[in-house]
Amino acid sequence: MLEIKNLHVKLEEEDKQILKGVNLTVEAGKVHAIMGPNGSGKSTLSYVLSGRDGYEVTDGEVTLEGEDVLELEAEERAAAGIFLAFQYPVEIPGVGNMTFLRTAVNAQRKARGEEEMSAADFLKLIRAKAKELKIDADMLKRPVNVGFSGGEKKRNEILQMAMLEPKMCILDETDSGLDVDAMKLVSEGVNALRSEDRGFLVITHYQRLLDHIKPDVVHIMYDGRIVKTGGPDLALEVENNGYADILAEVV
Amino acid sequence: MALPQLKIDATEARIAALELPQGGWADGARRDALERVRAMGLPGTRDEYWKYTDPRSLVQADAQTASLFDGGDGPIFAEIDALKIVFTDGVFDASESDDLSGENLTIERLAESTADLHWARDLYGVLENNGQAPVQRPLAALNTAFANDGVLIHVTGKVEKPIYLIYHHRSENSDAMLHHLVKVEQGASVTLLESGPAAARFNTCMEVDVADDAEFHHVRAQGRDHERRAATHVFGRLGTESVFKSFTLTVNGVLTRNEVVLELTGDDATAHVAGACVGDGEFHHDDTVFITHDAVNCESRQVFKKVLRNGATGVFQGKILVKPDAQKTDGYQISQSLLLDGDSQFLAKPELEIYADDVACSHGSTSGAIDEEALFYLRSRGVPADIATNLLTLAFLAEAVDEIDDEALGEAIVNRIEGWLDRRIG
Repeated sequence: MLEIKNLHVKLEEEDKQILKGVNLTVEAGKVHAIMGPNGSGKSTLSYVLSGRDGYEVTDGEVTLEGEDVLELEAEERAAAGIFLAFQYPVEIPGVGNMTFLRTAVNAQRKARGEEEMSAADFLKLIRAKAKELKIDADMLKRPVNVGFSGGEKKRNEILQMAMLEPKMCILDETDSGLDVDAMKLVSEGVNALRSEDRGFLVITHYQRLLDHIKPDVVHIMYDGRIVKTGGPDLALEVENNGYADILAEVV
Repeated sequence: MALPQLKIDATEARIAALELPQGGWADGARRDALERVRAMGLPGTRDEYWKYTDPRSLVQADAQTASLFDGGDGPIFAEIDALKIVFTDGVFDASESDDLSGENLTIERLAESTADLHWARDLYGVLENNGQAPVQRPLAALNTAFANDGVLIHVTGKVEKPIYLIYHHRSENSDAMLHHLVKVEQGASVTLLESGPAAARFNTCMEVDVADDAEFHHVRAQGRDHERRAATHVFGRLGTESVFKSFTLTVNGVLTRNEVVLELTGDDATAHVAGACVGDGEFHHDDTVFITHDAVNCESRQVFKKVLRNGATGVFQGKILVKPDAQKTDGYQISQSLLLDGDSQFLAKPELEIYADDVACSHGSTSGAIDEEALFYLRSRGVPADIATNLLTLAFLAEAVDEIDDEALGEAIVNRIEGWLDRRIG
């Protein structure tokens, strides 16, 4: 599904290398988790994959189902099937949540040469999906993320993911700012989307999210590289002993 | 202090190009206004109140040519059931206008009003004259003297159907001057709509007297002709517990100066003035607002939003004056611009002058570009950059548009803005 080869990235504005040769392959139907200490490059990886400005790829390649991703604009990547659930979802005053989602769904359909979804079908679909995530009608009407609690924002991210049905979901610190109940709700939303033809890349500091979203593969990232890859046990090891032991072993 | 000779010359040249309408109940007010114009002189580039806007093309004897523009979609409020009154290049068009009558309502034309209308005589030039201090507005006095037509609207009860003034521009050199009066009697209410470019050069003055418990709603869309020029004045006086709400959309126009001058004279009155403008290239838009609180427990709001690109200029001069006895005043003023490129500019001069000690007044003014974070967020969901930019632009204007109470009117305004934005994609 998603293949990252030897990815080197620096900040556009300054001469600072952030990613120093990331290699990673996420197969369809699998959940990969990336853990790592602060500043290891996890969030940068998520931004580079989704096409945010401000980064320069100096080497390496990224493909989604064989298609070069790095050549595409952010909106083209979205239409191709990449979705980033933001660590800090952006508040957009003046744009209704519903308008935003409908514009996004139809823009993606248009980009893929599909017919636009009718207002009635859209409404039906979003109501059903929102209900599963316990998002009430009021939240759908309000401006995007404005005045939403931390938990509401994250649920709204998952609602977008459910509506857009991406092939490759990247979750950046989705557990940050969530209490236990909200984390459970969000995790259930994510788990409901797990399927054979969808890949997940879950970026997290803590193991606790991985109790709910069970990963197939766990990677440890440090200083711009994946330094260790293992099964779900690796996350537990981090939780129990911190990163120090693992890093001492590999660096 | 004697006026500079240059100012006198410019003023006399302008006056010489005009003809003072003779006779009728407005005669005295017109002559008085002409004297005031001569005493003040017309605005020049050195006047402090015209620091950000060059008044010369508004003052010069003849109007500059403005080519005609056909947006292809007719008057903006065409779908609204309204009493239509049409002026083409400042000349009343009877064939396109509805019957000038309605329940709880009398409408007369200034040009044809020969019988002495007491209410009109007591209003014509009166609010305009009140509004000449502390800041002079000579173009309004010029209008009082020379306007040869306009409508005199007397509202005596609740009027359901809006009155809609439609201004066509059909001649490239037209120079129109209209003066409207609106008197809303106690407990009465009316909605006035205005739209269209009106003329190559348009000088309009409206005096609105809103009595106790009365309501006046005003929604205006200035025409899209790129080369048109306009200087508009709205003077309002608000009685006890009265409501005055005015919104203006400006799309295109090489030069627009909109002045709103309100005096809250009765307790518990509410005055909202809002404007949204979108300008591209040769576009200079100036909102100048002066609100005087002279009664207790009144609320006023000024909400102005400007979207500027390709070297367009926006100006905001807004003032709230709270007199010593105007306790419990709640005054709010915000003026913001969205600059879509580095060539455009926004010049703002927000002012508060407060003499009462128990008031809540706030003001803010900002200039900014499109929020990159929000833009990326939208793009990451598959919304193309240009559509995302338009969505955010519309969102920026929303606070001003939301000042319109009527949903259908608000929708018409949003559609017009969307059309303007969509035409600039690709």
